Amino acid sequence: MKAAVLVFPGSNCDRDLAVAIEKICGNKPVMVWHQESELPDDLDLIAVPGGFSYGDYLRSGAMAARSAVMPAVIKQAERGVPVLGICNGFQILTEAGLLPGALMRNAGLSFICRNVGLEIQNTTSPFTRLYKKNQKIHLPVAHHDGNYTADEATLDQLENEDRVALRYTENVNGSARNIAGVLNKKGNVLGLMPHPERMIEDAHGGKDGYNMFASLMQVMA
Amino acid sequence: MKANVHVTLKNGVLDPQGKAIHHALERLGFSGVNNVRVGRLIELDLDDNVSDQEIEDMCRKLLANMVIESFRIEKVA
Repeated sequence: MKAAVLVFPGSNCDRDLAVAIEKICGNKPVMVWHQESELPDDLDLIAVPGGFSYGDYLRSGAMAARSAVMPAVIKQAERGVPVLGICNGFQILTEAGLLPGALMRNAGLSFICRNVGLEIQNTTSPFTRLYKKNQKIHLPVAHHDGNYTADEATLDQLENEDRVALRYTENVNGSARNIAGVLNKKGNVLGLMPHPERMIEDAHGGKDGYNMFASLMQVMA
Repeated sequence: MKANVHVTLKNGVLDPQGKAIHHALERLGFSGVNNVRVGRLIELDLDDNVSDQEIEDMCRKLLANMVIESFRIEKVA
């Protein structure tokens, strides 16, 4: 599988993400600096990592979403290339308009860094097809701005179109309808706040994130 | 030319920071506060030939997130 991991100033999960992709999908991903204006055109995955791109200036993900590499990402997303945004990557994808809604400051105002319970909702996307419907998993979160917000009409649309990928099983950060991750209309762009790349081997305390990457492999096979 | 851009949360969008500040004001003994909303002030120093339309585009494309925020442009001299 040919994957690219974007790297912004302030990204800090890019290397963990690259390790997870290499370990599960077999090949070392290309690391793409945010100032590149082109991406390889035969990619099977574009991964947008977590971190604090541009120091969260203005709004989390706002500056990264307008960086040089993003028009190429948007172009490939429109062509159907899978795009996975984790944590800050999710914030960047919403700011770039690839996903609906916005991620606001956590309702409790605190930075939250712990494992949370999640329930898989969508099992048809290229990221989630190896999970079972309503499967309960645990993944770590580490964020200050994870409070998913969208207007009621958008939330209804997301639910009706099976685009809520996963939900928290508890109120973690105030997210509307406990949404932890959403898909775009086509289903090839996923953004989520929890970190699947930090739960892929027993040494991590669990492997609940493994199938997110393994699903992508199955799609290609 | 200078312009101040005031970015505020849209009505109906919950503002946890505003709520926390509201509680803190009450703890300090200020009892007459009904509600607090936190926004952002961005001061732009602009060439004189920058049009109103361009300032508005700046707001829509970057300075405000139109999903949750609205903006007001105030031109200062």
